[in-house]
Parts: sequence; structure tokens; C-alpha cells
Amino acid sequence: MLVFENVSKVYPGGKRAVDHLDLEIGEGEFICFIGPSGCGKTTTMKMINRLVKPTDGKILLNGKNILEQNVVELRRSIGYVIQQIGLFPHMTIRDNIALVPRLKGVPAEERNKRAEELLELVNMPKEFLDRFPHELSGGQQQRIGVLRALASNPPLILMDEPFGALDPITRDSLQAEFKNLQQSLGKTIIFVTHDMDEAIKLADRIVIMRAGQIVQVGSPDEILRNPADDFVRDFIGKDRLAEAQQHFQTVGQIMNPDPVSIGLGATLSEAVRTMRRRRVDSLLVTDDAGILRGKVTIEQIDRNRDLDAAVADLMERDIQTVRADTLLRDATRNILVRGSKYVPVVDARKRLIGIITRTNLVDVLYDSIWGEEDDEEQDAVVNEAAAAPQTGEGS
Amino acid sequence: MDAIRSFFSEYGGLLLEKTWEHLYISFAALLLGVLVAVPLGILLVRIPKVAGFIMSIVSIVQTFPSLAILAFFIPLLGIGKVPAIAALFLYSMLPILRNTYIGVKNVNRNLLEAARGMGMTSFQRTVRVELPLAVPVIMAGIRMSAVYLIGWATLASFIGGGGLGDFIFDGLNLFRTDLVIGGALPVTLLAILLDWVLGRVEYHATPKGIRGQGGAA
Ligand SMILES: Nc1ncnc2c1ncn2[C@@H]1O[C@H](COP(=O)(O)OP(=O)(O)O)[C@@H](O)[C@H]1O
Ligand SMILES: [Mg+2]
Repeated sequence: MLVFENVSKVYPGGKRAVDHLDLEIGEGEFICFIGPSGCGKTTTMKMINRLVKPTDGKILLNGKNILEQNVVELRRSIGYVIQQIGLFPHMTIRDNIALVPRLKGVPAEERNKRAEELLELVNMPKEFLDRFPHELSGGQQQRIGVLRALASNPPLILMDEPFGALDPITRDSLQAEFKNLQQSLGKTIIFVTHDMDEAIKLADRIVIMRAGQIVQVGSPDEILRNPADDFVRDFIGKDRLAEAQQHFQTVGQIMNPDPVSIGLGATLSEAVRTMRRRRVDSLLVTDDAGILRGKVTIEQIDRNRDLDAAVADLMERDIQTVRADTLLRDATRNILVRGSKYVPVVDARKRLIGIITRTNLVDVLYDSIWGEEDDEEQDAVVNEAAAAPQTGEGS
Repeated sequence: MDAIRSFFSEYGGLLLEKTWEHLYISFAALLLGVLVAVPLGILLVRIPKVAGFIMSIVSIVQTFPSLAILAFFIPLLGIGKVPAIAALFLYSMLPILRNTYIGVKNVNRNLLEAARGMGMTSFQRTVRVELPLAVPVIMAGIRMSAVYLIGWATLASFIGGGGLGDFIFDGLNLFRTDLVIGGALPVTLLAILLDWVLGRVEYHATPKGIRGQGGAA
């Protein structure tokens, strides 16, 4: 619905605030512009409702160049919420909310109804309509600021750090409230912020800017998983990145890639030797193609005294596996809940490629609680893990 | 007591007439001042390049001695009420102009930007945002101007403009203390009364939402 084509803004004095910006925004999208102070977020936003005139390039709204539209009508058709709340102190809440409808010549009765209706959206009682802004708390005022932008039902709303001045608790509740509102109303939102948590929480897509240019555009997940460069990584912050990494860590990333296995055709005595040598109490059984077929444990062998029997005859065939690309957080639940000591990791063709043990999981959990203090050399432990998995309980 | 009673029986009618003249001259000058200075003040905010220049001219005019200004108007407009009003009008301008300029200029930039961003025309911004928010400051200028004018209007007497100055200057010429007091006292009372009345006007003209918050938002 909104397209930036090679848009630049050079302020008088030569400051290049926006530099060859290309961006396409879809209907109903919640877009967050984020970046350090002075990177051109506000300028970019203000070019949309023509508070700032682009030096170069085109901005198309629903296919039409905004510069070719009547500026007053254009602005009345775009909701606008500014940083410092910006309610008019001399107008009642009613008049503030219904300002744009009034400018558009909507009759008083209808305006009034609309103001009441909107107030209900944020669960504020009608009595507020006749109050003045200074009689409201900061959070209430900014709610009204948002309602005012919604009053004439514009499809597109611009918001410049609207919750920046609020205390963290109020901000949190307003963010949640607003996200719900946006989804239920299907508005396209362009939201400027310098708070990464806010962007992650609200945005469908985040646009990261630096010195007037776009560094990366993507969903919060995409950006957290694959930051484009060091700037983005720095901007996201170490803590958040580490957290996200855990969030998106796959089984493949933490598994032990060297599971102790044995061929289908091997005998039980060979199996016992392998177990002793590798100091494990069970073996995974694979066929010639490396496909996982089952497992044998030392107890099973112990019960069956015929050491010349083939592993294939004794093995347990029905075992739980996990794919390497499974998100760790999904796998963890299964493994911990089922109480398995370990789970073999397979690829798409069911070939055995690793093993994940309770010890792996416990290490990851410790890391997420205390941070990664030392190196990631967990292999030493893992090698023994299948045999000694008693650490997991109670963590 | 008797002296007061006899003063009123002898000069009562004249006193009323002169008081009326005094008010007439003052109000005429004030009205002209408001009509010219308020729009000019708003305009100046829009053209910051000339604003400084105009404001300094007005300030300089203000420093001319009042009598000199009055005398200056005699060759142009002769003597009587018209030159008196013209001169007083010039004087009333500065406080009103300055306060309008400052009041409008100090309206929160963010509010004006919000107004612009929401699609108010320039005229709508002036009438619905700038003026209402500047009312307390503009009114303070008008009040100050009005009180000064009541005092300065006394000098109108010098160029035949009439007013309570006639009493005072006659009294001074004739060494008649009763006439001096009979003229000066009403001038003082008028000034106090007018200040109070305009104070009420200011209160009611100020939008309810910004009353008692120290003026411009
Ligand atoms: N009206 C202006 N005149 C000159 N330079 C400006 C103006 N507005 C913003 N700038 C400059 O343009 C750059 C981008 O500003 P802005 O868009 O407000 O950044 P952000 O909102 O990301 O903090 C900054 O360096 C700022 O100083
Ligand atoms: Mg900004």
C-alpha cells in the first residue's frame, strides 16, 4: 500500500537525513522503524504525511504519488501520533478525539458517537469525554492520542515513539493493548521506536536504519536469527541475541555428532566390546546406509546369554528420534518429560547423525540461566553421556 | 465631608463628562491597539525575518517621551481628541504586540506539528490552536496596556483632547488642590477598576482546559 522509491532527504545545511531509501509496505502490516538517534526515522515518517518534503525519489500511497495529492486531505486520511502525546490542552477529550472528523465536516452528533465508541475500545468510561488532557494520567493521555489517530478510521497510521515517555509498566500494557487493537482493526501501522524490545514485541517487520539508510528489513525472528552485520548485532544487543539464539537453537547445534553405534549384522559380543571400549551402556544400531534401525542396551544383552546372536535379533526397534533441525525448545520438552536418557538425532532420510543427551540439555539450561562463561566444549562430557546421564534431575 | 459634598455639587456634572471623555479616549486607543497589534503579532510569528526588525522599531517608539509624541501629532492631525487617540494608540501597541508575538510564538511546536500532521490548514491552526493557547499571554498584554492608557490619557489634556487631565492641569495652574485630587483620584480608581474587569475577561476568555496553569502551553 505504501512504497518508497529511492527516497532521499537533504536538509538545508546539507544534512543527508535519508539516503536512497527503498521500501515496500503491505496492507495491514505493522512496521517498526528502529535505529540510533538521528538515523532518520522521524524524517522518513514525516515524509509520508508531507511534514517533510523529500529531496529526491517518490512515495506512493496506494499507487498514487503523495506529492500529487491535496496535502490537507492526504494528512486527514493518515492517522498521526506524535512522541510528546500532543493532545490539545484547551480542548476536551471529546474534541481532541473528534478533531479530524470535525475538520472533515462530520456532524457533531456523529462525532460524539464516534468518540464514545473509541473510548470504549480502551475501556475508559464516558465521563472522560468532558475532561481536559491535564486531568488524565500520562498513560491515559497517550491512549487518547492513539484514539485520536483512529477517529476518522484511516487505513494507515504513523506513530513516532508514541510510548517513549511512559513509565515501563504503563508502556507494557499500552503496547499489548495497542497490538490487539491493531490486529482487530487491520490497520497498517508505521511505528518509530528506538527500543528493540518494543519493536520485537509489536512489529510484523522491523526496518533497521543507520545514517539514513536501511541496514536490514525482516520479521523479528529473522532479524534475531540472522542479524545482517555487526551494527545490527550491536543494536540488538548481546543479551537479547544470546536469548534469541537459545530460543532458535536447533538440536543439530548442540548434539554430539559422534554417537556410538554398531552395524545391524554385528554380534552381541562385538556389541559388548564396543560398549566397554566407549564406556556406554547402550548402542544405536544402523544399517549399511547409516539409517537408524534400533538400539541395544547392556541389560538386554545381559538377559540374553547367547553372545553369538546378531544385534538385529535383539534390538529394540521402536525408539524415539528427533530431527536435527528441530528447535531445541521443542525437543527439550519431550526429552525431559519422557525421561529418556538420550535421543538419537536423525536427518531427513532417517540416517543417524548425532545424539542428544540429558547432559547436553542441562548444559544448555545452565547457560541460559548463568550465561555462557566458558567455552562451548561440551563434547568431552557428551562422549560419556549415554552411560552417565544422572545429572538431569531437578534442574 | 462638607468640602467633598460641595465639590461634587459644583463639579459633579463636569467630572462625569471628563471621566467619560477619559474613558472614550483610552478605549478608542486600546481598541485600535488590539485591532492592529494582535493580527500583526500573529503575522510576525509567520515572518521571523522581519519580526525582530519591527519589534525593535516599536520598542524605540515606546521610549519617546509621551509629550513629544503628542506634540508630534499636532502638525499632522491638529489638536483635539483625534491626535490624542492616535498618540495613545501608538503607545498601547507595544505591550499588546509583544505579548501576542511571544504568546503565539511560545505555543508548543509539537502541538502545532500535530495540528499540521492531522490536516489543519494554516488558518485553522491559528484560530483553533495558536490563539486559544496564547489568550492568557495576549490578555495580559492588553491589561497592561489598558492600565497604562488610563494614566497616559491624562496627557491628552495638553493637546485639547479633554479627559480627567483637564481637572488635574487646571488644578495645577490655579493651585487648586481639590481639582488636582478630584482629577487624579478617579484616574487611579479607573485604572484599578479596569484592571479588575479585564482580569475577569481574561479568565473567561482563557480556554477552560488551560486555566490556572500559568498561560501558554
Ligand atoms: N529540520 C531539520 N533541519 C536540519 N536537520 C535536521 C532537521 N530535522 C532533522 N535533522 C537532522 O537529520 C537527521 C535525522 O533526524 P531524525 O529523522 O529526526 O532522526 P531520528 O528520528 O532517527 O532520531 C539528524 O541528524 C537530525 O539532526
Ligand atoms: Mg525521532
